[in-house]
Amino acid sequence: MTSLLFSDLSRRNTEAPLHPQEAPAMQTPDTVKPIVSFENVTKSYGSFTVLDRLNLAVTPGEKVAIIGPSGSGKSTLLRVLMTLEGINEGVIRIEDELLTHMPNRNGVLVPANDRHIRKVRGKIGMVFQSFNLFPHMTALQNVIEAPVQVLGMKPAEARERAADLLELVGLGSKLGHYPSQLSGGQQQRVAIARALAMRPKVMLFDEVTSALDPELCGEVLNVIRKLGAEHNLTMLMVTHQMGFAREFADRVCFFYKGQIHEQGTPAQIFEHPREERTCAFLSAVKEAN
Amino acid sequence: MSLFDWSYAWQILPDLLRASLNTVGITLVGFLIAIVLGLFLAIGRRSRRLWLSLPTTAVIEFIRSTPLLIQVYFLYYVLPNYGVSMSAMQVGILGIGLHYACYIAEVYRGGLDAVPRAQWEAVTALNIAPYSAYRNIILPQALRPILPPLGNYLVAMLKDTPVLSAITVVEIMQQAKNIGSENFRYLEPITMVGLFFLALSIALAYLVRRLEARLELR
Repeated sequence: MTSLLFSDLSRRNTEAPLHPQEAPAMQTPDTVKPIVSFENVTKSYGSFTVLDRLNLAVTPGEKVAIIGPSGSGKSTLLRVLMTLEGINEGVIRIEDELLTHMPNRNGVLVPANDRHIRKVRGKIGMVFQSFNLFPHMTALQNVIEAPVQVLGMKPAEARERAADLLELVGLGSKLGHYPSQLSGGQQQRVAIARALAMRPKVMLFDEVTSALDPELCGEVLNVIRKLGAEHNLTMLMVTHQMGFAREFADRVCFFYKGQIHEQGTPAQIFEHPREERTCAFLSAVKEAN
Repeated sequence: MSLFDWSYAWQILPDLLRASLNTVGITLVGFLIAIVLGLFLAIGRRSRRLWLSLPTTAVIEFIRSTPLLIQVYFLYYVLPNYGVSMSAMQVGILGIGLHYACYIAEVYRGGLDAVPRAQWEAVTALNIAPYSAYRNIILPQALRPILPPLGNYLVAMLKDTPVLSAITVVEIMQQAKNIGSENFRYLEPITMVGLFFLALSIALAYLVRRLEARLELR
């Protein structure tokens, strides 16, 4: 089976940059360094392996959609990249820096300490399925908090930028509203503005429309579309919105049992999937819709 | 002899009021110590670092499981043997503050545990450092539900201050006993002390409820 062959390759070739599982059309020029790379990353909970020697390299500006059945490790991929959870084996690299490890005094790689992690993960922003806004702060305060506390931005400047960002996501008139006074779609857009305020290079979207009523998904997806069109952000999104993945992503990765089972351009994956599992998943999704 | 001697009551009122200032002062300063120290104890107990969480837990459980009276006795009568001597008032405030800090630490812990994990994940995703996270994001959310129990402990602490009369702190109860023994008449001073505690407890409870209502609105 093709995927087995690919993961065999990946185990032999552990040096970055890695593109072991790519279909020929997905070749990235060697001159472009990946902004995010997973190298043989394994994550398990007890005896249950969620990510299984995973390899993935994402180039700057690339929009990667991650699809697959539940429990296949999609969300875990984003969560370990955001350092919400640790990994058991392998390394994760952001640009030239290791995220999960750091060299000690003798140059030997050891697990990264809090300080190192904080330094490197500043390049990543994340938007969650359930928004996770701070309920005791207004939309504006939600967006201001981290730039002031973490980037040391002056409050007046942070306020101005926050207002611009909220304007960008279409909430220019809701600055003083508390999360409880906003709809789900509006809350999620505040969450996107809040993440953007930290000037991340990589944005992670974890099923950002799953908690929304269907009629509210559009406004959130439109914001993401706009970001993709106007900014050179690298985006990784776990999504169940196949239509959106197809239209928006540069690459679609189908996850199965903690590995990338198949990946390719949206056209390849959605129109000519090669793997049986991919076909089965896509037809199941089609039926459900 | 009349049942309640009003002129006697009137005559002893200034002395009782003076002593009541001590009671109020001990309560306020002691409570301040308790809510600040209690917070640190709670955060220490929740720490992932065992060298911090284990000793903190031991201290909290030890102090919660022994009577306040014995603790203040120990601080006042035993510690001077080891070169640590403080005035009765200092020991009283410190002792009662420490005692209640341990109860209040458990209240904080409950409040902190009730803040959803997702809030911590947002904090991590925004790269906010633990200190700022506690101060601006986690504590404000943890505080609202724990205001009622904090208010309870404030009132309980006020009512525990007479324990300090055992180490010669002249708070209102001690003063009432002194007045009673001088005049061989206890009815008026003790009644007045009871009324004082009643009035102050009700006033404090009311203030705490007002504060809750104000936070509720936001």
